[in-house]
This record gives sequence, structure tokens and C-alpha cells, in this order.
Amino acid sequence: MALFNLTINGKSQQVDVDPNTPMLWVLRDHLDLVGTKFGCGIAQCGACTIHLDGNAVRSCQLPVSAIQDAKITTIEGLSEKGDHPVQKAWLEHDVPQCGYCQAGQIMSAAALLSQNPSPTDTDIDNAMNGNICRCGTYTRIKAAIKTASQNA
Amino acid sequence: MTLIDKKLNRRSFLKVSTLAGGGMLLSFSWLAGCKPTKEELAAMPKEWFEINSYIKIGENGTVTLFNPNPEFGSNVKTSLPMILADELDTDWKNVLVEQADFYPERFDRQFTGGSQGIRSGWKPLRTAGATARQLIVNAAAQTWNVPAGEITTSAGTVEHKASGKKAGFGEMASLAGTLDAPDPETVKLKEISDFKIIGNSKKNVDGTKIVTGKPLFALDHKVEGMKYAAIVHPPAFGMKLKSFDKSSVASLPGIQDVFEVKIFKDDYGRNFFDTTTFPEIIAIVGNSTWEVMNAKKALKAEWETAPASTFQMAGRGGQNMEVKVPGGLENSSTHKEKMAEYITKPGNVLRKDGDPEGAFKKAAKVLERTYSAPFLAHNTMEPMNCFADVKAEKAVIYGPTQAPELIRQTIASSLGLPQENIQINLARMGGGFGRRAYSHHMTEAALISQKIQAPVKMVYTREDDMSAGVYRPAYSATYRAALDENNNLLALHVKAGGVPESPVHANRFPAGAVDNYLAEGWQIESNITIGAFRAPRSNFIAGAEQSFLDELAEEMGKDPIEFRLELLKRAETNPVGENNDYDPKRYAGVLELVRDKSNWATPIDGVHRGVSAYFCHNSYVAEVIDVVIKDKTPVVENVYAAVDCGIVVNPDSAANMGEGAIVDGIGNAFYGEMTFENGVPTKSNFDKYRMIRHAEAPKKIEVHFVQNNEEPTGLGEPLFPPVFAALGNSLYKATGKRLYDQPFQPKLLEMDNLSM
Repeated sequence: MALFNLTINGKSQQVDVDPNTPMLWVLRDHLDLVGTKFGCGIAQCGACTIHLDGNAVRSCQLPVSAIQDAKITTIEGLSEKGDHPVQKAWLEHDVPQCGYCQAGQIMSAAALLSQNPSPTDTDIDNAMNGNICRCGTYTRIKAAIKTASQNA
Repeated sequence: MTLIDKKLNRRSFLKVSTLAGGGMLLSFSWLAGCKPTKEELAAMPKEWFEINSYIKIGENGTVTLFNPNPEFGSNVKTSLPMILADELDTDWKNVLVEQADFYPERFDRQFTGGSQGIRSGWKPLRTAGATARQLIVNAAAQTWNVPAGEITTSAGTVEHKASGKKAGFGEMASLAGTLDAPDPETVKLKEISDFKIIGNSKKNVDGTKIVTGKPLFALDHKVEGMKYAAIVHPPAFGMKLKSFDKSSVASLPGIQDVFEVKIFKDDYGRNFFDTTTFPEIIAIVGNSTWEVMNAKKALKAEWETAPASTFQMAGRGGQNMEVKVPGGLENSSTHKEKMAEYITKPGNVLRKDGDPEGAFKKAAKVLERTYSAPFLAHNTMEPMNCFADVKAEKAVIYGPTQAPELIRQTIASSLGLPQENIQINLARMGGGFGRRAYSHHMTEAALISQKIQAPVKMVYTREDDMSAGVYRPAYSATYRAALDENNNLLALHVKAGGVPESPVHANRFPAGAVDNYLAEGWQIESNITIGAFRAPRSNFIAGAEQSFLDELAEEMGKDPIEFRLELLKRAETNPVGENNDYDPKRYAGVLELVRDKSNWATPIDGVHRGVSAYFCHNSYVAEVIDVVIKDKTPVVENVYAAVDCGIVVNPDSAANMGEGAIVDGIGNAFYGEMTFENGVPTKSNFDKYRMIRHAEAPKKIEVHFVQNNEEPTGLGEPLFPPVFAALGNSLYKATGKRLYDQPFQPKLLEMDNLSM
């Protein structure tokens, strides 16, 4: 066990965990931030996507010891009032079915738009291909990203 | 439908006056973390009045509607309350929706599956809404001392025009809650043309919670003092636990206990959804998910082959059946060999019209084709998991299940508690697709909690989930058509089976449309467990049948849509046999609609089109898929679907589900496959089990609904089965080669001019 000081959603947090613990489980089990989801544990499905200094990363393969000073953003901290352009576009297109993968989808989409405000279809395909949606909402996800891109 | 009405009398209108304050029903989901939003709090009344099981109205007119069915993504949590709200005649903006717990005394059929949520809920929920409306009217009549028949309602207000009296529902709720419910038989339902909410799209009531990451799933649940558990199951079908070495993990950090869990009591008679691959597993309990998952990897356990066994199980209709579980470690290659033997062996005759044997004897030409598809894993994004808090007298279970009623029986037996002492709270599910009808993850969590005498959250790893069985079966189907010298269809023969069940629906199209028709089934025993998977059996046989009809149409020199319409005309005007399951006119209707919407008559250069249609879950669907070849890769560009499922309650949400079913079908047709080597599933995570991803989804999907006033039928499943043949038939147009075996992607890779 070891103490780690983390900056999550703009707040300082301290956890005492095994240094190998993936951020996913630090968030979910130790900090009660359960919006970030467990899907595969091997960075293949994207359900656990968070932002590390603004970049989309899979938290299930990211040991807490690797975070250092990087700033973490989770779905809970993407916006204060749930009004990030991507979240609003998701609601406008009524994207979710079961909803389980959508936090990860939204975090990937938000990171894409922050780096590339006007992505092409191919840019969206590339940025979003790591996020599986078993319900198959991909066409709505793409439409919502385009709406968010226009409204950002 | 007297049966339903009796149940309505008995259950749906039961009032439990002690609950009038609403605390008990609302408390659980809020404790689970679904705190009301600010807007909800502002709208929150000071006092609630229960009108019936489904409806509570606050003094300010805010209405709480209870969604009775478990939500796994088909959006019943929005669309079922829409039915209530319309008949209640409130404004949708006044409505809060709460997920009901499993509460069979108050709600009918709390089950999600078989695409029957809206169909089964249609009349009971309309009646519940209309009855509540009548109580409000009766309360107003009493208050104003005017005849109830002169009172009208609109958007949450009640009015007596003659005297100019008008009030909100909230003002009448207190009195309405004390009045005797009118006989449901006498309550007047709205005319379809008067619907204001049904048929007008409403957003997902959990949308904001989903996009802001609020806790909604069982996996998100946490209480003080809760422990975490992982399970270890045998590595192969046909194996069982021999022994394990507790000391191999006991000293690892955070590990509290390791023990064996036996799911069933020895004398327990299994119910229809009691399928479980491994009735004996090892549980590891500790302080965090990560610690118990680490211990899983370190645990030393020995496994041995399980002998053949049999057990009694209640069948679909409640009748007892004996289930045989053969011993041995099975291989997919052996399954294929065994299935191939059945192409020439006679099967069990399921339907026979005319003289098919005679017709084949005198045929000028016989077209015979065999189709196959592998086992599929459901792969819900949320792995199986469950929270359980079992005390000496009472158990609280919060888990993802499609079928709470049957798993409560199992849990009661396994814990040794009466059923009524087991409270099952329904979590939003991260996908179901049939998999969560089989809910032994809940029994496992309950037994673990009972053993450690503490609340526990048990979670499967993805590997546990994918390798634990309850798969879609592997299937094979052989179709034969007899043609005369003028290419007229004389006879049709289908013989299909699988490991371990047959996919034949003997009374569906094209039965009824062909004079000489033979349907046969067969099955091969296996110890690989299977279960419902989005449109069971249909999800294979539709692909085989509709691919064969496409090839047959080509052989006969006919347009594939025109050929199907000719067969349906025959079934309509002069049906063969009497037990045809489908309505040929509605079937033809979706083909005509998709022909129109896809501009079928106007081919586009470089766009390769395939069509397919199917009837299942009481609904009709036709689909056209457009494939183009880009950089040597077949790409699904556009999909057009035409659907007849009667009245559509929530059209945009229905379209969403249809789009999803199409994407699901394309993914499984191209890539879906589970195989076995010596009983071991060859894939256990998404690095090997290929799922359709964003870039592989169609560019455009159009879902068109036939507009009619038929009572609603199924929707979650019916768009899935036609995809396989629509895709196969379009890929044939694109490549010149017919695809007979799923998944298609490896077959396409074998074609020298393609890459994928």
C-alpha cells in the first residue's frame, strides 16, 4: 500500500492503495466515482475511458502509480451541470440504450473535439473505434459528435 | 383475454394504504445513488397520494409512474409509463418515473424478454392509467357535486365546463386516493385518435443520469461495510471442481475468505431459467475489486472431468423435462462433423403439407444449400454482477436480471428462506440480449453474502462472463427446392438442427405458401449451455431461409422482392395448411414499404443491394442493405428497414432500438463466433472475440414504421433476424459469391480480391 495524491475533477484526493491498482478501481471502489465503467479490464472496450491531462485513456490499464501530477477528469467532472456540448448532443439525439458504455463514449468524444473541433467522419471513426457499444448506437454517436462539434 | 382482466382485478389495482407516503417504494433507488435532480426536487410534492400500484399523484399535480419491467436498454422505463400517462391524461412534463422493485403483489409480469414488454403491458397499463383518471374524475364529481359524466380531463387538469369549475389533478388526488377503484371492465379507454403521448417521441427518462455518470447499475451500488467478491469457475465445459488450495491466496492483501459455493440444493427442482454452466464455483471475498481479481489469478485449483448427468427442469410451459448433460470435453470441429451427418439423415418431421417426397422425385431441378452459424456469446457490456445483503431472516438482492420472478424461487431455495423474505430490487442492466434471463450471478452473490454474513458485491471479470456459457446455439440448416422444367416451385424442404436445439419454426413463412412443404428438425446433445439470445432460433433460421429464397429467386429468374410477394399472395389467397403463424398481408406490407423507401426499382452503380424479410415476436420486418466495395473492403453503406409492429408508442426510441438491432446483426454476421477446444472456449475477452465497432457501423440506417392501428407487438428482437440474409445477399451481389457459413468475415478474406 502507498499514499497517492491525485487531482480528480479539479479536487485533490488522497488514496492509500496498492501502487499497481488501476485508476478504474481507485475511482470506483475508493473514491465512489462509479460513472467510469468496468467492461473488459484489458483496454479493449473503452467503457473505462477517462481524461488524463485532457487525453482519452483507458483507466483499467492505468496504474495509480503512473498518474504522478497529471490531472484526471471523469464523466462526473466533464461539466459542472451536465451541459458539456457532447452531453447535450447525446441528449438531443437520445443516444443511449442500456447506457453502460456511454460515459466512455462521451469521454472519448469530448477528448476528440477538444483536440479536433471539426472532425471528419474518418477522424470520428478513428477516435471512437476503441469504444464498443453492444447496443449498437454508433450511428447516433456519430450524429451527436457532429452536433456537438457545431455547438461547441 | 379474460385471464388478463382477472389479473388486473386482483393485482394491478391493489392499494397498500401504508405506502401512501411513498417512502418505502422510493427509498431504495435513491439510496442506490439515483438522487433526484434539482428540477425533480423543485417539482417534488410535499405529499403523495397513491391512486393505484402504478400511479401516485402529489398535491401539486406531479405524477410518479412506476415502470414495472426491468430495463436493459429497450427503453421500457420511458415507453411503459408513456402508456400510463396518456390514459391518465396528464402532461408528460408533470411525470417522474421510478423503477419499481420486484413486487408481484402489485405488478403483473415483471419480465423483460421475448419483445413482449409493450405488447403485454399495453392493455393493463392503459387500464391502470384510465382507472386512475376515472378516480380523479370521481373525486371532482364528489367535490363539486356534479355528475362524473359531465367532467372532462386534459393534460393534468379536470374540468366541469357547465359550472366553470376547474382543478389540477393534484387538488383531487387526496380524495381520489381514498375512493374505491372502478371495475376495470367498465373503465373507458381512449380512442386511438385521442392519444397525445403515445406516438409522440419522448426522451429517455434516464438520459441525463446516463450522460452525467450517475450510479444506475448494480455494479455501481455500494453500502457501508460491503465486501467485494470474485468467482472462479472451471476452465472448460465438462469439467468440475476437484479441490483448491485456500492458502495460495489467503495471505494476499485484502483477502478475507475463499470458499466453495454450491448453487442448488440437492433436492431442488430447476425452473425454466435455471440454466447454469457451473453449479459449483469458488468465491473469493475481500476488501476491493482489484484485490479479489488479483487473488483469482493466484488461486491454485484442481479440476476434473464431470461425468454425464441428468436433471429435471420445468419446461417452457411448466411441464417437467429431463435435461441430459453428456460428459466429455467437446470440440467445435466435432460439432461440425456431427452436424454434417444430419444433412443426409432424416430428422423429426415438424410439418408436412402435400406430397413433398413425390414432388422432389418428379422435379426437373433441385436446388439444395446448407447454411451454418456458430455459438455466440451475449457479451453484455456490463459483466454479470450482483449486490446481496443476506441476513438471518431477510435478503435484499440488487442485481441485473430480466426475470426476477423465477430467480427469486431459486434464491429462496438456495438460501433456505421463504420467497416473500427475499426482496429483489431491479437495477438498470448494462445490456441483456437474453443473457440475463439466466440470473445465477444473483444466487451466487446471495450465497456469498449468507456465508460471510455481510453485504457483498460480486463481479465477474470479462473472462468469467464470456467463458461461462448460456450461449446462442450453433446451428445448421439445409434447404431444398424442387422446380419443374419451367422453373415453377413444386416443393420446399427445410431440415435444420443445432447443438443442442433445432431452430425450425415450422409454421412460419414459407409454410403456407408452397403446396408441398416439409420441415424437419434435429438436435445434438452437448454440455455447452445455451440460452435465449436476441430472437432465439429466428436469429439463425431467418438468415438461412432468406438467403435460400434469394438464391431460389435468382434461379427462377425473378426479382427477390417480387418472388416473396408472389409466395405471400399465395399464402393470402389460398393458404396451404391451417396453422400458419403469420398474416401474409402484413408480411407483404413491409416488403412493399422497404421496396419503396429504398428505391429498390432504381439501382445505383457500384451499390450492391440485398433484401430479406422475417416475421417473429408478432411483428413483421423487411430490410434492404447496401454494400459498396471501398479499398477492396465491403462496406455497409445504407440500411433501410420497414417494420410493422402495430402502434409505436415511442417512435424515435423505437427507431434507436431498430438501428441497434441492425448494427448487432451486421456485427454478428461478419464477426460473431465462439468455438471450443477440449471444452475450453477459445475466446474470453474482446481482444479475440471481435465485436462490431464504430467504423464498421453503417453510414445511414433508416427505420420506417407501417402506420396502422393494430395493437403493439414486439420490437426489440424482430429487426435482428433479417439482417443476416440482407447482408449475405448484398455481399453476394458485391462479390459474386454466396456466403453460407457465418461468420462472413473469414470467408470474405479468403476471396482473393478482398481485404477486411
